[in-house]
Amino acid sequence: MTLLIGAVTMGLILSLLAMGVLVSFRILSFRDLTVDGSIALGGAVTAMLITSGVPPLVATLAAFASGAVAGSVTGVLATKLRINGLLAGILVMTALYSVNLRVMGKSNIPLMSHATVFTGVQRLAKSDDRWSLLVWQAPTQDAWVMLFVFAAIVAAAALLWTYFQTRHGLSMRATGDNPDMIRALGVDVGWMIVAGLALSNGLVALAGALLVQYQGFADVQMGIGMVVWGFASVIIGESLVRGKHVGLLIIGAIMGSVLFRLLVAIALRWGLNPNDLKLVTAIFVLAALVLPDLLTKFRPRAGKHTAEVPAHA
Amino acid sequence: MLELHHLRKTFHPGTPNEVRALRGVSLTIDEGSFVVVIGTNGSGKSTLLNSVAGTFLVDEGRIQLAGKDVTRWPEHRRAKHIGRVFQNPFTGSAPNLTIAENLALAARRGQSRGLGWALRRAELAQLRDQVREMGLGMEDRLSNVIGSLSGGQRQSLTLLMAGLQRPDLLLLDEHTAALDPKSADQVIRLTESLIRKHRLTTMMVTHSMQQAASLGDRLIMMVRGEMRYDFRGEAKRRLTPDAILAKFEEVRRIDQLDESAASLLRRRYV
Repeated sequence: MTLLIGAVTMGLILSLLAMGVLVSFRILSFRDLTVDGSIALGGAVTAMLITSGVPPLVATLAAFASGAVAGSVTGVLATKLRINGLLAGILVMTALYSVNLRVMGKSNIPLMSHATVFTGVQRLAKSDDRWSLLVWQAPTQDAWVMLFVFAAIVAAAALLWTYFQTRHGLSMRATGDNPDMIRALGVDVGWMIVAGLALSNGLVALAGALLVQYQGFADVQMGIGMVVWGFASVIIGESLVRGKHVGLLIIGAIMGSVLFRLLVAIALRWGLNPNDLKLVTAIFVLAALVLPDLLTKFRPRAGKHTAEVPAHA
Repeated sequence: MLELHHLRKTFHPGTPNEVRALRGVSLTIDEGSFVVVIGTNGSGKSTLLNSVAGTFLVDEGRIQLAGKDVTRWPEHRRAKHIGRVFQNPFTGSAPNLTIAENLALAARRGQSRGLGWALRRAELAQLRDQVREMGLGMEDRLSNVIGSLSGGQRQSLTLLMAGLQRPDLLLLDEHTAALDPKSADQVIRLTESLIRKHRLTTMMVTHSMQQAASLGDRLIMMVRGEMRYDFRGEAKRRLTPDAILAKFEEVRRIDQLDESAASLLRRRYV
């Protein structure tokens, strides 16, 4: 039960990462690799600020801002300096590694002895309280933290959905869907992509901020492979909700993230070597990206065959 | 009103693929005039339209639109004054957004897009009325995504979208070329009624001699990046498809003469 609550809480925190990836990958159709750097940036900024006495909530919001700046840099590189989008993301991600080390001053900052955004919630129960459901038991504090994170994620998802219903948000969706069309309607596509990447990486950094406070330390390596986790969550989410409505996509990303963490927890429990986790995730994402195409290719389709018959036959 | 002064545009300059697409085109289109542009492939007619739209900046010359010098304006800034329908029916609308969302985006062409609600109920009702007026039965399907529509329906919708905010200039780039004859007819009828209703200043590129003869009050024929013929008023009204075809033939012969004369001279002097 403790394991389950831990996995769900982790999945919920990382659903901010999934929502961030959703914005760049699906809404803007921009393959943004900044994510690996910006999630660690969010963690680094939060850890640095908390250890220097800034209130945890302020530190968390500052992480969002730092991620937004990182995303904007990628956006400007890609749209104004016309660097390939993948390369722009890799450049910023690589640069962020050094930036994060500078921010933290060392490669690891423990937060165990500091108050975090979760401290107030944990005080709702004593540390040895047990919460029980049927035959399962778990520390009540963990359950409260999970509920708190759930509420925060619902609020973030609602805000994101609301944004996509505004004129600005709708223009952003159109930018990813058909840039030629929205340019002809007077939207500066370049700046819209910059704004979208800022939003995306802000959400990712927010995930990093909650993650370091939840696990009790920030590590400069914590971002490695995170973008693939984000892809995995988004892809799982899409297969769960089966709809293109933006609200469904957001709900799907959250569900995908939680389900993904549960699968990871189960796999680890069954004896998967943690060192192999990223390889398995990468193979999973590859399969999810390639399989749908392969399946349609090998499925016999009447229409396709008639199309291949020459006109005079 | 649109004024073009000595427009020049060369693609891939200094390479073997160099194309001098516009070689000094000057043109003034009066308010409310409907100009049809024809020409052979590679004559520069689409380049002319795109240089007005701002798809690229011209190398030389000046473009004056609605009293403003827009020569150096980027495409999205010119969009405030220009409504466009493209040759590809898929270019003019966003497939994964609903009909209503596409219309709402077009209703604010060239205006700021803040954090106000994109689909207000009152606006939606107004848009629905406009779609109903078009008579295609799409008014009850506003919450369907655009991707579910046929090419003809998408093109009709793009046309409506281009006119939602009365543009100072309407640019139509072979907007029926990719449609089946029935849809093309329908889109042309819609085009005419839209232009008449809003008295739109229009530039239309077409490959159809029928459309070139029957539509508009002025006809321009582009040849090798230059404006070769300009029919207006009575001369335009008298043009038939056959007469236009004859002009094409004439152009072809003159150009052939140029070619053979040039090679003759080359042989003699070079």
